[in-house]
Amino acid sequence: MTGAPLVSVRDLSVVFRQAGTETLAVDRVSYDIRKGETLALVGESGSGKSVSALSIVRLLNYPAASHPGGEIRLNGEDLLKADEARMRAIRGNVITMIFQEPMTSLNPLHTVERQISEIVAIHRGLTGAAARTRTLELLARVGIPEPETRLGSYPHQLSGGQRQRVMIAMALANEPDLLIADEPTTALDVTVQAQILDLMQELQRETGMAMLFITHDLGIVRRIAHRVAVMRKGRIVETGPVAEVFANPQHEYTRALMAAEPKGLPPPEDRSKPVIVEADTIKVWFPIRKGLLRRTVGHIKAVDGISFSVRAGQTVGVVGESGSGKTTLGLATLRMIRSEGPVTYLGQRIDTLGFDAMRPLRKDLQIVFQDPYGSLSPRMSVAEIVAEGLSIQRPDLDAAERRRIVADALTEVGLDPAAMDRYPHEFSGGQRQRIAIARAMALSPKFVVLDEPTSALDMSVQAQIVALLQKLQKERNLAYLFISHDLKVVRALANHLIVMRHGRIVEQGPAADIFAAPQQEYTRALLKAAFAA
Amino acid sequence: MTGSILAADDRLPEGGAARRSRWQLSPINRRRLDNFRRNRRGLWAFWLFSTLFILSLGAELIANDRPIVARYKGETLFPILIDYPEEKFGGFLARTDYRDPVIADEIRQHGWLLFPPIRFSHETINRDLPAPAPSPPTWLLTDAQCQTAAAKTGGTSCRDIEWNWLGTDDRGRDVVARLIYGFRTSVLFGLILAVVASSIGIAAGAIQGYFGGWIDLVLQRFIEIWTSIPRLYLLIIISSFVAPGFVVLLLILLLFEWTSLVGVVRAEFLRARNFEYVNAARALGLGDAAIIRRHVLPNAMVATLTLMPFVLNGSITTLTSLDFLGFGLPPGSPSLGELLQQGKSNLQAPWLGMSGFFVIALMLSLLNFIGEAVRDAFDPRKTFA
Repeated sequence: MTGAPLVSVRDLSVVFRQAGTETLAVDRVSYDIRKGETLALVGESGSGKSVSALSIVRLLNYPAASHPGGEIRLNGEDLLKADEARMRAIRGNVITMIFQEPMTSLNPLHTVERQISEIVAIHRGLTGAAARTRTLELLARVGIPEPETRLGSYPHQLSGGQRQRVMIAMALANEPDLLIADEPTTALDVTVQAQILDLMQELQRETGMAMLFITHDLGIVRRIAHRVAVMRKGRIVETGPVAEVFANPQHEYTRALMAAEPKGLPPPEDRSKPVIVEADTIKVWFPIRKGLLRRTVGHIKAVDGISFSVRAGQTVGVVGESGSGKTTLGLATLRMIRSEGPVTYLGQRIDTLGFDAMRPLRKDLQIVFQDPYGSLSPRMSVAEIVAEGLSIQRPDLDAAERRRIVADALTEVGLDPAAMDRYPHEFSGGQRQRIAIARAMALSPKFVVLDEPTSALDMSVQAQIVALLQKLQKERNLAYLFISHDLKVVRALANHLIVMRHGRIVEQGPAADIFAAPQQEYTRALLKAAFAA
Repeated sequence: MTGSILAADDRLPEGGAARRSRWQLSPINRRRLDNFRRNRRGLWAFWLFSTLFILSLGAELIANDRPIVARYKGETLFPILIDYPEEKFGGFLARTDYRDPVIADEIRQHGWLLFPPIRFSHETINRDLPAPAPSPPTWLLTDAQCQTAAAKTGGTSCRDIEWNWLGTDDRGRDVVARLIYGFRTSVLFGLILAVVASSIGIAAGAIQGYFGGWIDLVLQRFIEIWTSIPRLYLLIIISSFVAPGFVVLLLILLLFEWTSLVGVVRAEFLRARNFEYVNAARALGLGDAAIIRRHVLPNAMVATLTLMPFVLNGSITTLTSLDFLGFGLPPGSPSLGELLQQGKSNLQAPWLGMSGFFVIALMLSLLNFIGEAVRDAFDPRKTFA
């Protein structure tokens, strides 16, 4: 890994101009990428890591974006001064990219063959049989089984991991010198993530290409990168070989990032605590209807016979891949969707109650959703959002009392009550999730379903939210049903674990036992993927 | 140290007023207002249209055949509001004709009277026309033509007769007065129709989009059938056996106009009902009505407000075309469509068609400009950019 750098970025700045105001997104950033080397750009969302990488191929939204200074040299040639024709020759050929969301980066109307052969045709002029041979070769190389049968598939017929493999095949088609990977594994399940990372490393060894890997996950950095650049607010605050930076971080922000893994211990398993919510072999089956008479020909078994009980002050963690039915289970427990099988709250059957009969119980059973951007109405102030449940559940309160409860709830989740008349868009993702938690807490619930409350947040913020949830549970003796695919977070919160797959329980038991000695193959694979780094 | 640097990132938003009172606009709406103001043409159109509309609301004070105030034998009278019998002034009619020189002179001798700037109401017939009706604008006449009419007031030239700035129609009624009253009728009719039709449309769209399923399916099919009825012909048929007044016409047009917003609102509701904050509200125990009102409707309002000026335009055009065909408001009511119709049948009197055309064109253009500015204001790419 010596010699002249393949790509050399010097003092690059990016400015976005909109409605007369200028925002400096990237501020005099410099880095080098050598042949066969992986540079990881790490930072929180909004730190400018994607923008600085997209500048290399000039794929920003020009002219809203501009580069007031700096240069980007590819083998000595300044790309910021190159004309558009030259850039087109470089993109997809010398420098290629893969993006976070493979579903939206593939054209949904093109088959796999057409997607890949298009690139081969543009840059290499291969057509017909030659293009097909090359496409098959690429598909085989990225590990798609029986590539011949996959040529005619459309993106929606592939799984997330396979789609990302197709994206990688497209990126590799012309044997690029540099591959820019913008959070390529963030949208994938943990087990698939691990496979994709292995594949990328293997391909790099074979082809000797350089990689610029953008991520917010330090685990991935440690696993795949040679060198790392830590970005914050548009600047690189620290850069160096991965081993050195991890062993001896110089900048306090780097240290903060590394310390940001969720800490703390779940509540000890205590069988003497009263059972708050209990579910007995609940099922959520969605009928598949066919034909003119809409006869039910089968069912999608989203949740298929799951039993669990949550005790006061205890947390049941539900883990599994996307599509395993975790969220459906949570919604069914709260009676937000129809389900079969008894669900009891403090010994009272609630699965037979209608919406109106459920209403008085809603204040005891609350939910926090995954996406803090989607779960808060943009048109309501924070006070209105948090007080909304009170207006239904506690109509006896007057406006001043309601405001006091809102203020208390906000203080409890670590927000300044003075901000209660502001609107959600003025808050960061972590603060929004605190608001969503305050909304649930304002009603003083006994049982809370936490539906991936940390997965839309940056690492450092995740740890804060986990700490907050631990604190609230201790103070209020709350029962949690914690749904997540992130085993690190689950380990910090759950004392009892349910591993789900295809709507069924794979393994269930005290969390400590499962983490120490998983019984099932699937659980072992999950754990390996999550904690390998 | 760890805590401090992360806490710095998690600081609360700063700047601006920390607390906003109820009446201040939310930041989003303030940005929308700015976007609206930035469209200069739309802003000017808005002010001009508002001025014209407010002025026309006081049409009785601008163009009327009765004095606004009069003083007669030490008594203050308000003829504009109260019908005084003519015997009060020595006449014999049940309603006083203040334009009658005898009465006017009688009042002037025992006090004074204050007429509006135009002494014609929309139904006042000018009995001293210098030329046979439809008579041209007075400034187009020669003194020779005016002589007969002027002689009645003791004058000789056109300056001495009462002016019809845009001439009169075929029954000798002042065109300016009819335009002012006609403008008011059109806009009021359009506004009421647009508002009521939109309310019904929003309610129907909301129910369809929010509940979905069978309700949606049935209502959708019903609307498809309903809108395929040719409305103009149906209106013509209905108005041939129901004498259409303002309210009847409004109701008949409402039968068809309400469908115009259903599609948009339904689509917005279909999208918004699955938002996480709607689910969160459901988990808090809110009922359907409260969820629709507080969480889903605000989303649909953007699309609705954007389309509203165009619905208003459409309503006005429909009324005008019905009047033009003679199936609209009852004969004698001031109406722009009727003026156009007169222009068509009196091609020798171009001032009829021209003034009708210009007022309608001005009104619809202003509304279109306002509509464009409103669309800009609610454009999410501009609001959230």
